[in-house]
Amino acid sequence: MTRARLIAAAPLLVLLAVPLAVSSSYLLHLLILVLLWIVLGQAWNLIGGYTGQISYGHAAFFGVGAYTTALIYQATGSAAMAWWGLLAGGITAALLAIVIGWICFRLRGPYFGLSVLALAEVLRLVATNWKDLTNGAEGILFIPAFTSKAAYFYIIAAILLATVATMRAVVGSRLGYYFLAIREDQDAAESLGIDTTKYKMISLMISAFLTGVGGAFYTNYFGYIDPGIVFNLQNISILMILIAILGGVATIWGPVVGATLYILIAEGFRVFIGAGHLVFFGALIIVIVIFFPNGIVGAINDRRAARARSSAPGTGTPGTEAAA
Amino acid sequence: MSPELAGQIELLLQVVIAGILIGGLYSVIGLGMSLIMGVMRIINLAHGELMMVAMYITYFAFTMYAVDPYVSLLVVLPAMFALGALLQRFLINRVMYTDSILPQNQVLLTVGIGMVLSNLALVAFSANYRSVPVSYAGATLYWDIALGGQTIALSFNVPLLVAFGIAVVLTAGLFLLLMRTDVGRMIRATAQDRDAATLMGVNTKRVTVITFGLGSALVGAAGTLLVPIYYLFPTIGAPFTAKAFIITVLGGLGNTAGAILGGLVLGLAESLGSAYISLGYKDAFGFVMFVLVLIFLPKGLLGKSKV
Amino acid sequence: MSLLELSGTSRRFGGLLAVNGMSFSVAKGEIVGLIGPNGSGKTTIFNLINGYLAPDGGHIRFNGERISGLKPHHVCRRGIARTFQVVRPLARMTVLDNVIVSAFGRTARTAEARALALEAIEFTGMTPWLGVPAGRLPLGMRKRLELARAMATKPELLLLDENCAGLNPSEVEQTMAIVRKVSESGVTIVIIEHNMRVIMSISDRIVAINYGTKIAEGDAQTVANHPQVIEAYLGAQHAQG
Repeated sequence: MTRARLIAAAPLLVLLAVPLAVSSSYLLHLLILVLLWIVLGQAWNLIGGYTGQISYGHAAFFGVGAYTTALIYQATGSAAMAWWGLLAGGITAALLAIVIGWICFRLRGPYFGLSVLALAEVLRLVATNWKDLTNGAEGILFIPAFTSKAAYFYIIAAILLATVATMRAVVGSRLGYYFLAIREDQDAAESLGIDTTKYKMISLMISAFLTGVGGAFYTNYFGYIDPGIVFNLQNISILMILIAILGGVATIWGPVVGATLYILIAEGFRVFIGAGHLVFFGALIIVIVIFFPNGIVGAINDRRAARARSSAPGTGTPGTEAAA
Repeated sequence: MSPELAGQIELLLQVVIAGILIGGLYSVIGLGMSLIMGVMRIINLAHGELMMVAMYITYFAFTMYAVDPYVSLLVVLPAMFALGALLQRFLINRVMYTDSILPQNQVLLTVGIGMVLSNLALVAFSANYRSVPVSYAGATLYWDIALGGQTIALSFNVPLLVAFGIAVVLTAGLFLLLMRTDVGRMIRATAQDRDAATLMGVNTKRVTVITFGLGSALVGAAGTLLVPIYYLFPTIGAPFTAKAFIITVLGGLGNTAGAILGGLVLGLAESLGSAYISLGYKDAFGFVMFVLVLIFLPKGLLGKSKV
Repeated sequence: MSLLELSGTSRRFGGLLAVNGMSFSVAKGEIVGLIGPNGSGKTTIFNLINGYLAPDGGHIRFNGERISGLKPHHVCRRGIARTFQVVRPLARMTVLDNVIVSAFGRTARTAEARALALEAIEFTGMTPWLGVPAGRLPLGMRKRLELARAMATKPELLLLDENCAGLNPSEVEQTMAIVRKVSESGVTIVIIEHNMRVIMSISDRIVAINYGTKIAEGDAQTVANHPQVIEAYLGAQHAQG
């Protein structure tokens, strides 16, 4: 095996080994949450970080994935069948993305993100009021299919690996370059002949699919959902943004760092202080936006780039530095 | 006229007037956000949380010092102005001129501020619903209209009427400030063209601080006026931020006069919608209107947006 | 059969007839210069060919097939590339990435796009600037990046819109040398330039327009002495002389 192959396979091996090495159910639970949030962070990152379309309402896709799964349970009565929700939830979310994209992509900048938020809120209200379908605010409850955490760990690990593989493939491909071009300057991208509407839509659909899968997994893992949980603005939509920006937008490792820190901090607060972790996260957003706008991984990359620029003569531009 | 028709007219009038009254209050909320958006192009997603802070100040003024909510306006207005000005001066101004990969830092910043405020309140005051039981909370004004042999009996909640009245005064005051004072002129100049204003000697950074203070004071006043009518809890802010934003979009982004219309329209829509369609979906009407207006009337209902 | 053919092409903007029944053709391998005073409709013609705008009347044919009304990315696929008067690179991305984005108009595969990009950068002499963020480039290099981006799509026809505007004489020389290289590599060129000396010396044929209408066509000498052309540029009294 070549060295490169070994390095690439390392995370896979680590993930495989974890449930065997970790016996604490609590620790496995935390790790499962970390992996779930990495998936969600990557999903948001695709449309937000790479394509520059900041969505404040991704809970719409999470909730739709969750409810698709819960409804499959209600229809079949089987928690095992509910796992089909992973696929069904992802697809439903992607279809919703077509609708939301069609409505909201006419709007630029923050107006796009806020209209997604508005639509997420509408979905929450629908889920709360359409009691016949969703059981309203009481939510849907069932006993999850597996008793051992290890099973869930492997499933979310598999989802994560598939997510990262997708992200890598997309980012290095024509799609990735087009997404970046759209983020950098949508009008210039149009001039280059890029059909920006089509590519924004593709980005949103992939992002929505992944988010929907996350919602579906959440349902199957916890066994209980209600509109206030899965369509939640602060705990889903905003936190997805936080994880992406904390780690570093438009990087593959960013959400890993972001999700790990998030779960660590949230658990730390819950165990030692009791409440108020959201206060901390709010403050964290403020700090990141002001001091580390490119996130932790972004800041590391920036410092590396700055060092490279200063040590390599001839790569800089002689003369004036035009405004970026 | 038949009693049924009279009953329907009664319901309609009641609902319409209630919508206008609450709409007046909404206008004040929307004015604050519209001002901020017009001058700084900032979308303040902490707007509702600022209102919440004002409401808690009012609550504690009443429960600890027996100060009537309307009197505490005298404290709330300057206090909220100060809070807003400080937030702008020390946090938001820092982010308005930096370059980063993500283009919408200042919106995210206000999200963070809002989260801190609402969750601090949650920790400090618990999620319990509180109310300020003023003596006149349930006071009602009755107005009977004789029409076609039937009596249309209308009733109005006094605090709501007073809130509307004060809202009108505050709105008029704001426009006087904007149109007749030097500060107002500076604000309008910065809203029109920040660079030109700077070249003409306007300290635009100071203008942004004052503007955010004004916007916060306005939404804080609305909160105080709302206290005798509503419950108070830490997360009351979020729906009102949404309302403020909907109003701003309805009125035309950055168009302060339009925000007045937007507030009234929203108030009416909610009132009519919850009475005739469904109470549970009351908030949904606003959201749907918001998306529809953004798409079909991007310059707002009046077709005059400044952004 | 000519490579590019405009027949009776027109385009209105509200009450203004910006392009009025424009007809001319470009043969394969030619360099055709398009001249006319400011506002005469030159860039609009490019926008019509390129697919930014659809004509209100008439047709545009490329290789015998109708392209009028196609969207820009489809026109690009057919083999027409275009540079812009006001250059707008993706400022935070490197020169290489900017050209790769363009090259994706030709191929869907990253490796191929990269190869095309490197080739185009080499061709236009921009290799030393590979890793520089496009926003840091001085104007002359930004214009050259425009050219590299266009070349990365391996066009049959290149529309150059004032690629020399704002450049000093030696930069103009360098740019024209590259344009000659492009022509020699088999690409047909239509060029808009205000620099008369440049456009007269490089073009095989010139088309002169004013107020959206063609007023003269022919080789450089003929067009330069055409009374209507002189009138358009210098005013009526000079046309008599």
